[in-house]
Order: sequence, then C-alpha cells, then structure tokens
Amino acid sequence: MSQVNRISGGQIDRTQSIRFTFDGQPYAGHPGDTLASALLANGVQLMGRSFKYHRPRGPLSAGSEEPNALVELRSGARQEPNTRATVAELFDGLTANSQNRWPSLRFDALAINDRLNTFFTAGFYYKTFMWPAAFWEKVYEPIIRRAAGLGSMSRLEDPDEYDKGFLHCDLLIIGAGPAGLMAALTAGRAGARVILADEDFRMGGRLNAETYAVGDQAGADWAAAAVAELASLPNVRLMNRTTVVGAFDHGIYSAVERVSDHLPTPLPGKPRQTLWRIYSAHAISAGGATERPVAFENNDRPGIMLAGSLRAFANRWGVAAGDRVAVFTNNDDGLRSAKDLQAKGVDVVAVIDCREGGDLLPGIRHLRGAEVIDSGGRLGLKSISVRQSSGKTEVIRVNALGVSGGWNPNVNITSHHRSRPEWRADIAAFVPGAGGPDNLISAGAAAGILSTHGALATGQAQALVVLERLGRSAKPAALPKAEDAPIAISPLWYVHHGKGRAWIDPQNDVTIKDVKLAHQENFSSVEHLKRYTTLGMATDQGKTGNVIGLAVMAELTGRSIPETGTTIYRPPYTPVAMGTLAGRSRGKEFKPFRLTPSHKWATEQGAVFVEVGNWLRAQWLPREGETHWRQSVDREVLATRKSVGICDVTTLGKIDIQGTDAGAFLDRVYANTFSTLAVGKCRYGLMLREDGMVFDDGTTARMGEHEFVMTTTTANAVTVFRHLEYCRQCLWPDMDVQLISTTEAWAQYSVAGPNARRLLQKIVDQDISDVAFPYMGAGNVTVCGGLRARLFRISFSGELAYEIAVPTRYGDAMIRKLVEAGAEYDAVVYGTETLGVMRIEKGHVAGNELNGQSTALNMGLGKMVSKKKDSIGMAMAQREGMNNPAGYRLVGVKPVDAANALTAGSHFLEIGAAPIVENDGGWLTSMVYSPHLGSHIALGYLRGGDQKIGRRMRAVNFLNKTDIEVEIVSPHFFDPEGERLRG
Amino acid sequence: MIINHPILGPRDAQEFVYLGDANLINRPDGLTASPQEMHDYVYLRTNPAGEHRELWYHEQGDRSWLVVTRNTVTHEITKVELARDVARQMGRSK
Repeated sequence: MSQVNRISGGQIDRTQSIRFTFDGQPYAGHPGDTLASALLANGVQLMGRSFKYHRPRGPLSAGSEEPNALVELRSGARQEPNTRATVAELFDGLTANSQNRWPSLRFDALAINDRLNTFFTAGFYYKTFMWPAAFWEKVYEPIIRRAAGLGSMSRLEDPDEYDKGFLHCDLLIIGAGPAGLMAALTAGRAGARVILADEDFRMGGRLNAETYAVGDQAGADWAAAAVAELASLPNVRLMNRTTVVGAFDHGIYSAVERVSDHLPTPLPGKPRQTLWRIYSAHAISAGGATERPVAFENNDRPGIMLAGSLRAFANRWGVAAGDRVAVFTNNDDGLRSAKDLQAKGVDVVAVIDCREGGDLLPGIRHLRGAEVIDSGGRLGLKSISVRQSSGKTEVIRVNALGVSGGWNPNVNITSHHRSRPEWRADIAAFVPGAGGPDNLISAGAAAGILSTHGALATGQAQALVVLERLGRSAKPAALPKAEDAPIAISPLWYVHHGKGRAWIDPQNDVTIKDVKLAHQENFSSVEHLKRYTTLGMATDQGKTGNVIGLAVMAELTGRSIPETGTTIYRPPYTPVAMGTLAGRSRGKEFKPFRLTPSHKWATEQGAVFVEVGNWLRAQWLPREGETHWRQSVDREVLATRKSVGICDVTTLGKIDIQGTDAGAFLDRVYANTFSTLAVGKCRYGLMLREDGMVFDDGTTARMGEHEFVMTTTTANAVTVFRHLEYCRQCLWPDMDVQLISTTEAWAQYSVAGPNARRLLQKIVDQDISDVAFPYMGAGNVTVCGGLRARLFRISFSGELAYEIAVPTRYGDAMIRKLVEAGAEYDAVVYGTETLGVMRIEKGHVAGNELNGQSTALNMGLGKMVSKKKDSIGMAMAQREGMNNPAGYRLVGVKPVDAANALTAGSHFLEIGAAPIVENDGGWLTSMVYSPHLGSHIALGYLRGGDQKIGRRMRAVNFLNKTDIEVEIVSPHFFDPEGERLRG
Repeated sequence: MIINHPILGPRDAQEFVYLGDANLINRPDGLTASPQEMHDYVYLRTNPAGEHRELWYHEQGDRSWLVVTRNTVTHEITKVELARDVARQMGRSK
C-alpha cells in the first residue's frame, strides 16, 4: 500500500524508505517516522482494540500520553506488549501486531462486550462476581483473566541486556522543548553541569510540531541550533530517548534511556535500555503540556484525535490523518490546528467551536456556538453529528476529527513528592502546587505558561534562579522573538447530549456514564472515583482523561474543580519494563554464590551442593556405586563415628574482638559469662535479643587476655556483627573494644572422630595431645612447618573433634592435605547432611530450633542465662510467660516402631487425643535417619517436654497424612555423657 | 535519600541499614530496671509525623552507627551525628 496520506514537509528523511509490517501487512515509511505516523501515512487508522469493550481504536495522540494505539512490537523473544505506536521509532524490518483482538483486528469476537455494555458498567466486577464466593477462584477469575489484559508476553527469556548507571549534575532539565532548551542554554553557557533529558528521539518538544517562528528561524530550526550549541558545551550532557520517570528524595531522579529501542537489535555490547539514577542539586521540570479532549457520544472512533496531535502529525511527520478533516475546539489553540492543516492543503471541512464570540477563521467553515454530539463509522470515522447554535443538527462527512479541550500542564513529576497540583481558572488546568522540594521548579507549559515566548522567558528565568543558588553569576540574555498568544479558552468537558457513551479514559473504557454511576452510588471522592471506575488506572495513568473525570464529578456534586480535588501522580511517568528495573541483576548476577575454600576440591569429587544463604556448601559427597543420597550420608556418618571425618565449616561467621574491655563486652552481649574464660580456652555462648528470645549461638575462644574470636551461625553472620557494632557504638561508647569480621579471612575445617587427633597431629607442628590441648582448648598454632593457623578443640558432632583454620588462600591446599593425611585412617569428607545427622544425634540446636521464637529455657539451656550480670535480653528473659513450666522444651523423639519414618513439622498429640488445635503439644523441628541407631530420630519442642521423657505420644502430620506413635526421649541420643569428645 | 555522613560526606541511603528510633540508645540497666521500664524500652516507640531521630548503620561503608534527624513527612534530613557521640552526650560510657 502506498503512503496515501503523506503530505508535504515534516522532519522525515524522504530520501530513504523503511519497510515494516503491521498484522502481517507490509508498509513503507521514512526515517523520522513513528509507527503511528507511518501507519496513518499509509491510511491505517485502526490500530487496536479497547480493554473492556474491544472497541476499534486508533491513535488519540502523537506522543507518550497515548491510551489507544498499543501494539505488540517485534516478535519471538523480543516481543514487547503494550507499546505505544506513537512513540515507537520506525526501523527497517520492524514488525508490529495489534493486540486484544481475536481472530483479527477488523473482526474481534469479544466486541460482543460492546453490545453488553449495560452490564459492564463501573463496579461491574464488584457487583457481578460477588457470589457464590466459591466460584471466584475457580470460575470467575480464570474467565476474567482470559478476557481481560492487553498484549501478551513472549514467555521466552529476554535476550537483551539492561544496564544501570549513575550521573551527577548541578541541574537536571526535564524536557527539551523551548523552555528546557532555553534553560539549558542559560545554565550551560554559565558553566553549570547540566543534564538535559527528553523522552523524544528528536529534541525540541512542541517546536518540532508547530509552524511558529523563533527569532528569524522556524521553531524546529531554532531548536536544532540550540541542541547543536549545547552539544558543543563540555559541561552539558544531552540525553534524548530518555524519560525521567520519577523524582525521589534529595534530588535523586530516575530516568530510562532507550538506548537501542530504535534499532532491530542492540549493537554489540550495548544494552537495550539503561536505568539512570541522576543525582542533581537542582532540577527544572520543563515537560510541557498534554492536550485533553472534549467528551461526546462515540468520541472514541479511529480518526478522532487530539487537535494538537492532528497538527503534529501534519507538521512534524507530513501526514494528514484523513482527507476530510474537521476540528472541534473550546479554545484558540484548536483553531491553529485548522489553520495549519488548511495551509498544508488538507480539506478542512468545518471547525466546530463551542464558543459564541471571537473572530471567524478565514476560508474555513467556522461554526460557532456549535458542538459535536455524535460520530459514525464502524472501524473508522465516517461522519460527525454537529448541533449548531440554532439547535439544528447536521451530519458532516469527515474521516478525521481533531478535538481540543485545552492543555494540561505536565505536573506529573512535580507531584511525585506529594505536592498537590493547584487549579488555575484562567487556563482551566492544574499547575504544579506548593509543598514540593525547593530544588525542583517548573518552567514553560509545565508551569502553566503556555505560549512559546512564555516558555523561553521562564526557561531562562528559572535557570537564572538555579545559577544564583549555585553561586554562579549570569545575566539574562536577549530572548528570540516568539508568539505570545493568550489561551482564550472556554471550559467545556463533555457535550450534554444523548444517552450513549462518551469516553474519558479510552484505554480502560471509562465513560461519562460510569462517572455518573459512581456519583449515584456515592463514590464521589476522587480517590473512590478512580478506583470504582478505574479512571486513570490504565498504562497511560489518565494523562488525557483524569481532569475531565474530575470536572464531571465536580459538576455532579455541585462543587468547583479545586474543591473536588485531584489525584496526584506517582512514578513512573510512563511505563517501565521490568527488565529495565532489574538491570543486570538477573540470575547469578542477582544472587551470586559465595564459594567455600574447598569448593574446587569438592567439585572434583562430584559433591552435591546446597544453597545456604548465598553460600554453596557440599551437601554430601557420593562415591562410586552410590545411587541414593542416604547411602552417601549413612556412610559419611558411620565412617566419621568409626574413624574420622572432615567438613568445611568456613561459612560460620567469625568475628575478631579485641580491646581491654573485650571480656566485659562479651559478658554484655552473651547471656552467659566470658570474662572468666581462661586464655587458650573456648566456650559455647548463647546470644539473646533484647526481648529475651534466643538470637544466635556459637563458640567464642579467648586467644589472648584482650583478644577473642567469636563464631556465629552461618545465617546470622551479618546481623550479629551489626548488632555487636550497635552495642559497642550506641550502648557502651567508651568500652575499649574493636571488631572485625574475619569470616572470609579464614578457611576453617572440622576434623571429627576417634582418629581426629592422630590425623591432625600429622599436620599441626605443635603437640596437640589431650594434655597439651585439652577439650575446649583454643590457640594459635602452625601447620605444615610454619603456616599460621588457629586450632579449636570443639565438637558439633559429639566426637573428639577440632576445628582448624588457615588463611583462606591456603584453604584449597588444606583440604587436600587433610584428605591426604587422613588416607591411612579411611577419613571421609562429609557435607551438611552428615553434619545435620550428627548434631541431631547429639541434641545440638541449629536453625530449625533457633527460629526467633524460642527462649533459652525452650532449648533446655535456661541455666546459661546469668542473672548476676546485665546482658542483652537478660531482663526480659525473666518474664513470667517465658518461664512457664508447661512451656515448650527441647526433646528427642524416636518412633516406637523403628521402621516408621518421621516428618519434621509433625505435631505432638497424646495417644487417643483428637487432632485439634487445643490438643496440640508442639512440633518436630528436625528429623534425620540415624544410621548409628538404625532408626529415624527427631528433635522437637514439646509442651512440658522435660517432664514427659519416656512417654509415648503421636507425631501427626496432616500434609502427608501420617500418624506415628513415638517415644519422647532425651535429645542426647548419642554419647550423653560426652565421653567421646573428651577422649 | 542522601545521608550526609559526618565523616564520609553525602552517601546514598542504599548504603545504610535502618534500625529505628534513636531512643534505643537509652537502654536501662537490666539489673536495676523495673519490668515496666524494660518493657517500655523494648516495645514502645513514638511514631511521629514530623521530626524523628533514628538510627542508621553504614553497613556498606565504614560501619558507623549514625543518629539521623529526619522529617518522616518530607524526608528532609536536618542533622546527622555519630551515634557514639550522641550516646556520650546522653551520659552513656561503659
């Protein structure tokens, strides 16, 4: 198809042709075109279907405020739904498809919804699908979800990269129209660091769409010259294709740069989009204004668009939206559209002006005191019905209509700080209100100054305000001469005629009737209006429709518009892709793994890994022939208990604590006492939160008089360190105590089992006999003939055990050395599963028991809380409710029939008791199969558990429907006297 | 937000961890405090719409605990102090 509606002029490169397809049909356009301008040039007005009624739709606007012309752009993994055709830059090979229609755009089966519109009024969902309640999830929601929604996702991995960046400047200028360019010139020439951002690919704003002169040049040429000068200034950064989407605290703005959206695929190494975080001392909002329509019956047909957009398509893109055009306006700016189109040779058949007075347009049929009351045409506009001032109705054949109801300053960004826009009656629009941050000011149309001269003047003036605040001197320069026409508007929000539907939010299909219904049902506050009708809740955030809805509500309630109020805008200004917000934080880059020092070795052994926080730890290390994880784990447990096993325990948090008050400090942060600990010894410590619950546990060693090494659980390494810093700085600021996290500094291995000492003695240079290095001993040693190391004789497994730490860079060498030295003892390396089996056999608490809701008493460690000294949580741990004798106590659990498996999470019930909440006795926290005992065993919290040792109960699990008779036993299943670990 | 760290200058709030009311510095002695006093300290916070002194921790930085005076309505920050200095001014020592 040829470009039948292409007319002369415009900022497109006619020497080059660009091929693209829409719904499979090939078309041609030119560089500089948007998808919308190119489709209109090819005579295509129908571009989409509305959300609810599936009404045929074409573009309402020529910019980012577009509610109607939403398409799916590109195909395959790059398919992007809900793209506004009015801002999609044309490139060769672009493919676009219409959405929200089936089987085709021209014939859409769900257009039946339009016939059923009396059912689909405001609050439809709330009213219709209320009952039966059981139907909601299974019946109503799936149907609604299938019918609703606009575009569809590709459901494929996005092949493109997205980036994030940080920028700093003195002045961020949002919008590069006449106000923004003048502000940038003023501040840039004065030497300030300026960022000028504009969402368009071509800077100049409205100047590109107008025939106005600026100085002795066409507006667009003046803009191009200004951009060229700015580009030559090293202190100015020009960012086109960049939308400032949000204003945040303290001069932080977010901006989305569409780096590659205008290309078929991003250039190598380039992201598709970049999310910029801009730190700016000052900002000027110069984002211009958005035109709004006047609502009348059937005002949503393709071909009916904003008058200023009709003009923009003609002036900037050389496109007439139709060959018989009319304009419906309540202000002088609408007349300009008629004049510009006429000057381009387009047949302007009528101007329908609701105002009675004023000058007649020469050479055009100018109907004053008239209104458009209806339109005709199924898939595109064919005619309009006009009610003349005499009351006579006339049908006029047109295929394009420009509508102007006035211009709304873009207050969006300035209201992100909750500053409420203020009503200005003279321009019948909201302007930025007070209450925003001082360093965000507005200029030009965004401030309600709607003439070109006004834009240039305020752009310069506001830049001078900023320069003065920055302490830079600058004088006002002579401004180029530009039009300074008054607004001359007579507010008209909707045409009072007929009973049909008149759209105010075309994307969400909100009509005047819906607003009236909301009012009738008493949803008359603006916030209720919005939510009840969904006005302004579509992807365009109601940029064209919100003020009309507000005005209608004001009329219905007999209040003024400012009395009725306004909803404020929230970020983002225009929709932002999820991929852009994620940036490079995808997959591994979102959650990188922390690898233990033995990781390489464990990988070589074919270890199975488990994620522990960000850590990857070996879970078990299968040997040849082992097909089930239990075979590996049982082997590891038995081999360790029989001879010796090695485990990487580097992930435990390590904190070096030094200073003359280090001992006293530990007494305050641990519930038990550490100041009395002898040098060269370690002790198990219990740390409480201030509310008396257990926070963390671990062993802490005294390496010197004023030097301790604390270990924390893997999960709490960061939070314990933060807490200790808090205690040190905020609670006891004069204590001489210094902290440093050494978790990453030391590779630490547990060596456990009857042969642990024999194995380690081959590596440690000093004597580690029981006499020289007794149970709970700790100290600095050397290994392998001189390498510094730390040795702790501590046991989590219940065996004779040590933990040996070497500087991390020797971690890989150390695991290899340990394995080599252990070969003669058939040493095994075990993973976290075996660690878990042995700690449960020994009755040690871990993450499942340290659940943030447990007290020391619950864990059977109540006596550890010293009342002789003040410590964090000591006072609150004394509360009566936390010392209930019938409260939870840690117990061991065995199935009466050893063949029965237990499930963690099962609940304790007395035998014969009904499985109801009132009879709940507690729950199983941790469960393992103990190869040593040949049975499943578990730990659990049982009410009054210490009084119930030996009792038979049931472990009931409703999820896997098990009900198993169990015996309550001591949690110390293995070597309860601790003879092995002292061996 | 930007927090003007007394030692390091203006830093992005993303580098910090928020704790809450700076009154947490006023910890009673656990051996002598009444249960009511301890309860109030642990559980009661004022939640003002306006100026609020609160504790922030420069976790991705120098590990300073700071007392930030911030307006909870406007997010304006009027004062940033080292928590250690504030604690000393409040008479805390060892």
